[in-house]
Amino acid sequence: MNGNSSRKLPFFLILLSLLLFLTGFNLGEAAFVWERAVQICLSCIGIG
Amino acid sequence: MEVLRRWVQALATVLSNGYVMFPFTKTIYQGRLKAFCVPGLNCYSCPAAAGACPIGALQNFFAFLQVGWRQGTFLPGFYVIGFLGLLGGFVGRMPCAWLCPFGLLQELLYRIPAPKKEFPRFLSWGKYGFLLFFVILFPLFLLDEFGYGITWFCKFVCPAGTLEAGLPLMGLQPAFRELAGALFSLKVSILVAVVAAAAIVRRPFCRVVCPLGAFYSLFNRGSLFRMAYHPDRCIHCGACSRNCPMGVAPYLGPNGKDCIRCLKCVYQSCPAGALSWECAGLKGGGRPSEEKVGEVPQVAHGDQLQAGAVQGFPGKGGGQ
Repeated sequence: MNGNSSRKLPFFLILLSLLLFLTGFNLGEAAFVWERAVQICLSCIGIG
Repeated sequence: MEVLRRWVQALATVLSNGYVMFPFTKTIYQGRLKAFCVPGLNCYSCPAAAGACPIGALQNFFAFLQVGWRQGTFLPGFYVIGFLGLLGGFVGRMPCAWLCPFGLLQELLYRIPAPKKEFPRFLSWGKYGFLLFFVILFPLFLLDEFGYGITWFCKFVCPAGTLEAGLPLMGLQPAFRELAGALFSLKVSILVAVVAAAAIVRRPFCRVVCPLGAFYSLFNRGSLFRMAYHPDRCIHCGACSRNCPMGVAPYLGPNGKDCIRCLKCVYQSCPAGALSWECAGLKGGGRPSEEKVGEVPQVAHGDQLQAGAVQGFPGKGGGQ
């Protein structure tokens, strides 16, 4: 990896991640996370 | 810098677990903040948790993906992957050092006076196995008769869930105690093993098991925030490696997969200014401080490594 490409890579990764984040948000994934996170996860506590 | 980091770790732990009403409600927080992931490993079933665990959320997406697809819902987890990618793209694995409550716990446990040991380095690849199999592939493909997967890492491994959710909820809700069986015993055993190991080995869970650290580490070489090593200034004393909370040897590659960017090597360990950081044109560290030059590098509290810790330098006993 040369110096020029190594300087561009972080911005590409950040842009790609931002696109993924916004796409997921538009798909309603934040609501899905909320639905799961407000229920007690029996698996997490070792009884489910 | 270490004092600042400890304060930031403590603040992140408090903010990730900011629901103080749980002793009265006897259950977990159910407000809107739970739609957001926290940057560290912090179980969302912890009664005090104010946000969602990214690894737990990711497994839920994968466990639900196939049945959701059949029902016309496509939820691939981009929201969580994008969130983690944003953090990773900016700072790589830095959240492990600065924002993870379970990382803080392990660092505190390592202060317990006990014989100190090191892992064989190949074990640090184990976390990628946990990420690939327990977080991604098993929840995606090992399905029940209804087409649902399960959260394998949460269910069979995660000691943070046992500590932050299992044990407190057993105390708060007596009905759960009656349901505790072999699985709970397994999870408590894993927790005990991790706690015991953390007193002996630096951050054992982070280095060998943590799938969140594994994910962030994929960004270490390509993140905006980067570490830099200046071989012309290095005096080959090995202080950076001896004092590193992850046992990393930065002179072998300052942006390797296990560096959590705690900056201890930059601001505390290196007496010669051979390590520095840079971020979008800003630079820090990398200059020998007057008070440190000429000092014999000291081994930090509890860091008594075996011979061979200073490896990789020419003539100092092998590499890694």
